[in-house]
Amino acid sequence: MGVVAPNGVGLQAYELALREARSGIRHLPELEELKFGCTVAGVPQGVDEIAEEYFAPDELLAMNSSHRYGCIAAVDAWTDAGFERPDPNDDNVHWEAGAIIGTGIGGLDTTGDKLVPFVNAGRVRRLGSTMVEQIMGSGVSARISGLLALGNQVTANSSACSTGTEAIIGGVQRIKAGLAERMLCGGTEGSSPYIWAGFDAMRVLCRKHNDEPERASRPLSASAGGFVPGSGAAVLHLESLESAEERGARIYTEILGGAINCGGHRNGGSMTAPNPKAVQRCIRQAVEDAGITPDEIDGINGHLTATGADSSEVHSWALALERTPDNFPVIASTKSMIGHGLGSAGALESVACLLMLRGGFMHASINCEDLHPEVEAYAASVPHVMREKPALRTMIKAAFGFGDVNSCAIFRKWSD
Amino acid sequence: MTKDEILERVIEIVRPYAKDDDAMEVISLETNILQDLKVNSARLVDVILAFEDEFDIEVEDEDADAVDTVGDAVELIHGKVG
Repeated sequence: MGVVAPNGVGLQAYELALREARSGIRHLPELEELKFGCTVAGVPQGVDEIAEEYFAPDELLAMNSSHRYGCIAAVDAWTDAGFERPDPNDDNVHWEAGAIIGTGIGGLDTTGDKLVPFVNAGRVRRLGSTMVEQIMGSGVSARISGLLALGNQVTANSSACSTGTEAIIGGVQRIKAGLAERMLCGGTEGSSPYIWAGFDAMRVLCRKHNDEPERASRPLSASAGGFVPGSGAAVLHLESLESAEERGARIYTEILGGAINCGGHRNGGSMTAPNPKAVQRCIRQAVEDAGITPDEIDGINGHLTATGADSSEVHSWALALERTPDNFPVIASTKSMIGHGLGSAGALESVACLLMLRGGFMHASINCEDLHPEVEAYAASVPHVMREKPALRTMIKAAFGFGDVNSCAIFRKWSD
Repeated sequence: MTKDEILERVIEIVRPYAKDDDAMEVISLETNILQDLKVNSARLVDVILAFEDEFDIEVEDEDADAVDTVGDAVELIHGKVG
């Protein structure tokens, strides 16, 4: 796995931050100058230094923030899986390995900083050669395929805030179908006011906690006031069990199953709100696909963004997993520490699940000491500080996105 | 500006795009930018833009197309800056 998160770059730093309940949300003076309602965000730190170490000078000239995050995460996932980075002059291609690296919005920093101003000024000629690859939806997966000589399907999915989880399920399906042996899957989202502005204009970003950034992302809280924008990337190296065992790879988890669906903008669902029936159906289908019973789930990593939808989500979990407040699994929001990474969120949070399964802990869901009244009954299931959970065995992760789209994956701790 | 001065600056402009470090070590007027330095052909556009910025000149597309070697670039730039 590889991870570039606002509260930690690299698996070790990320796990430590999760264990210590460290927030990666900071005040961004740029957002204040631009008169955003929300002036805090989650931006990974120290990325350019790593990028300069990882990538060639001409590659760097064609890599905006989402490229840098996604490619660092992919290279780290590749080497963490036990592979060496191929020599650019070695013509061998990994035909059996592919990538699905999604993005919710794409390279809007490039579009806003360069493409639009230059085109409007009649300076198209001065754009140079790197525009297309930085703004095309598949730009990051394309760059990764070149860095790692991938020869199987290389593509990008896009389903808003469900993107990262959807990519993982897509990779699993391709491997299960026998079409690939290994897939790098995940999501990336850049840091740019252009990416966040539309959400700010919708007034779905938090405006009430600009003066206390680390307290601003408040999923499940009575004082939640919208989500805090985040950014970053996470990539998982998925592989058939046969292939992993044959080469003696380190296995973090078994992906038991997953499901993807859409609510069709019905039953309360819309472009921006989830149809609760679709959410519940997606969770149930994931459980069914995993071949387990709902009572085997012992940890939930929710979508939980800190909007009005949090309470409805908790009720959907209870219905779909046939639980009551008395036997509800522990539930936490990684977004409480890193904000909402949009297209990268599902992947960043899946990596959190895998680190927790391996490490036997459940990270805190911070900033919800004042639980929302509608979820008060579930108080015992919400960890305000990290809980050691050596018995944590099966985690479920769901992500929901604009367009009424859902994805849900189930991970089980791997023990040889 | 002398051709030697131009050459020095051209080398620095080409450096980040060069994929062959050995060829970069022995770069000369005869060095072919695409074949010897293994610069990605799509990036030639960026190299030309960098020449324009560095020397405050404008390079027509036809002139740009005629640049194969480092020497071609030096000649082209020298002709424009005098």
